[in-house]
Amino acid sequence: MLMKKKMIKGSAMIISALQKEGVEIVFGYPGGAVLPLYDQLYDSTLRHLLVRHEQAAAHAADGYARVTGKPGVVFATSGPGATNLVTGIANAYMDSVPLVLITGQVPSGFIGTDAFQEADITGITLPVTKHNYLVKDARQLPGILSEAFYLASTGRRGPVLIDVPKDVFDQEAHFDYNVECEIPGYNPTYKGHAGQISRAVKAIRDAKRPVIFGGGGLIRSGASAALEELAERAKIPVILSLMGLGAYPGDRSLFLGMPGMHGSITANYALSEADLIIATGVRFDDRVTGKLESFASNARIIHIDIDPAEIGKNVKIDVPIVGDVKMVLESILKKLQFGDTAEWLKQIENWQKQNPMPGGLKSSGSAMKPQHVIREISRLCDENTIVATDVGQHQMWTAQHFMVRKPCSFLTSGGLGTMGYGFPASIGAKLAAPDQKVVCITGDGSFQMNIQELATAVNNHLDLTIAIINNGYLGMVRQWQDIFYDKRYAHTLMEGNPDFVKLAEAYGAKGMRACDAKEATAAIEQAMQEKGPVVIDFTVEPEENVYPMVAPNRPINDIIIGGDRS
Amino acid sequence: MKHVLAVLVEDKPGVLTRVAGLFSRRGFNIDNIAVGETVTPGISRMTITVEGTETLVEQVIKQLHKLVNVIKVSNLSEEPSVMRELMLLKVNAEVGSRSDIQQIVETFRGKVVDVSPDSMIIEVTGNEEKMEAIKLLLQHFGIKEIVRTGKISLLRGSRITREG
Ligand SMILES: Cc1ncc(C[n+]2csc(CCOP(=O)(O)OP(=O)(O)O)c2C)c(N)n1
Ligand SMILES: [Mg+2]
Repeated sequence: MLMKKKMIKGSAMIISALQKEGVEIVFGYPGGAVLPLYDQLYDSTLRHLLVRHEQAAAHAADGYARVTGKPGVVFATSGPGATNLVTGIANAYMDSVPLVLITGQVPSGFIGTDAFQEADITGITLPVTKHNYLVKDARQLPGILSEAFYLASTGRRGPVLIDVPKDVFDQEAHFDYNVECEIPGYNPTYKGHAGQISRAVKAIRDAKRPVIFGGGGLIRSGASAALEELAERAKIPVILSLMGLGAYPGDRSLFLGMPGMHGSITANYALSEADLIIATGVRFDDRVTGKLESFASNARIIHIDIDPAEIGKNVKIDVPIVGDVKMVLESILKKLQFGDTAEWLKQIENWQKQNPMPGGLKSSGSAMKPQHVIREISRLCDENTIVATDVGQHQMWTAQHFMVRKPCSFLTSGGLGTMGYGFPASIGAKLAAPDQKVVCITGDGSFQMNIQELATAVNNHLDLTIAIINNGYLGMVRQWQDIFYDKRYAHTLMEGNPDFVKLAEAYGAKGMRACDAKEATAAIEQAMQEKGPVVIDFTVEPEENVYPMVAPNRPINDIIIGGDRS
Repeated sequence: MKHVLAVLVEDKPGVLTRVAGLFSRRGFNIDNIAVGETVTPGISRMTITVEGTETLVEQVIKQLHKLVNVIKVSNLSEEPSVMRELMLLKVNAEVGSRSDIQQIVETFRGKVVDVSPDSMIIEVTGNEEKMEAIKLLLQHFGIKEIVRTGKISLLRGSRITREG
């Protein structure tokens, strides 16, 4: 019997599809071209978070996605609304974060005419999306929506954008939503090749000086438990990239820290001296490898990654394994054999003793050291705390000194290095995990890139601690000027910074200032108790540098060791 | 070395831009590209020639595979294959030089497809070597214009390059 299916509008299809996909919240900002979608949203139970700038919507959705593992969903209007998303999309693309972004577009008939608020957003975002669509007809919408969610959240995760002309929102068509979809050119490999897994097992068995080097892929695939088992059963030390922090508990003795430019000395020595590197969900970024020719020159490398294009892209690989990191690690564990690493671990312990992170406890002058502030925040947070950072020195100090114990709890812009990411990401994180404490560690420069979101945080009563590591400088750039440009501080002094305490208060948030260690501890303790967003302005030593440091394109065991060693 | 890639793509809007954009943003050089239909409706075939090392071409192929609309990529230079290109040349051809030109064209199994009082259009198909050779010989008379289709290629024998 033929049933007459109901015709619904394109905008209604979108809302309905989001609900079928289990979307709980949309981050967005309205405008002319997307009005029909917002009108449809008005009647639905779907939650919408109104930001103050579209870039923040993309970052907040990104923070939400990193915490939940589910795609973050964003709405924006055509033209400037869509172009404002671009940084957030590029950021998610570089860090493999699943997003589904729906933008309004000028009506179909106007496309290509330079109509008011027209921008070719599928063209603009082509290189920074996993895939994107321009919808020509509402009948395509169900298929495109389910493909978008499928693509964003499977394989190597990433942002997918759907551009919808205004008339398509209003066009009526049959709606038949099938969450399962098949795309002929898209078949990610999840299960590792059995032969390669056997070769990996043998390599692990024969290794005398093995290390595990893990990255963001561990977190995206939920591989922490498998990683922990591998490390602890075979007694193999663990190094995590910036994106991988939290995939293995930071307080375990097998954990050596982060490698690379501002990595721990032990991690860099271990990578340089290892005879086997088990690389899992990493992409050998230049900030990690330093000079490629001398990277890990003594090691055989097993590389496990979901994206075949990452394997062999920068570094030559001995045992390539394409697959889901968790599934591959589990297959390795089933057949695991291992050698004796006691001597290697002793060597590592020596390096650790000789080369502690410069902790910033010894203050040279009266000014408070930024590292101390971060250690203090870390000490006063419980193990479920989510920390989001911005970009700069404070980001590196957080990576070095904040004790991250669990996956999905350290949010940072790794690939793109986007100042302005941290605060909106922390908003998304809080919405994803309302019962967890969320702290944003930012800089006086970075915070001002999305400071307007204080209104969003206040208006939504979000309990957030925003710690500004205020050195009065674009500190990381100043550090490079200090080291490589003869201390010529061209335009890195943040003259004209506002009074962040008063500014917080003007938005209706709580503001505090801490200028010494005692005030810092008191302020953090108080902030943790407060309701709503709290901004703490930590006045710190203006010219402190991040150490250890490997200069760009130098071997990673050629380390500039600075700072005090307490 | 030159590599000839057969790339099967879904015939979706923007797919050529996606492929071309990938080459330019990753710094791969396209030597030439030819696009057309296949026996399967909805699927087009691109023949792309790239110059580069094994490692580079491997990376090109992997990156192409990541494009959602790309269904299959094969490197035809690794196998015995037939490669052809079509070229049209407009050559200066005063009455006195026509028979000389005609002779060259015949040697290369080309065709004269248009004649005007002072020029001729010549059509040749073949591989790269043949194209270069005839170009060199005709240069002597003065080549006014050249247009080429780009290379296309099929595996020899009964094997085919298909989606599955
Ligand atoms: C959007 C953007 N613009 C410029 C940069 C270059 N940059 C990297 S770190 C940095 C300084 C950051 O200053 P601040 O937020 O105060 O952090 P600090 O380094 O002082 O801790 C700059 C300008 C960037 N990463 N992102
Ligand atoms: Mg600063």
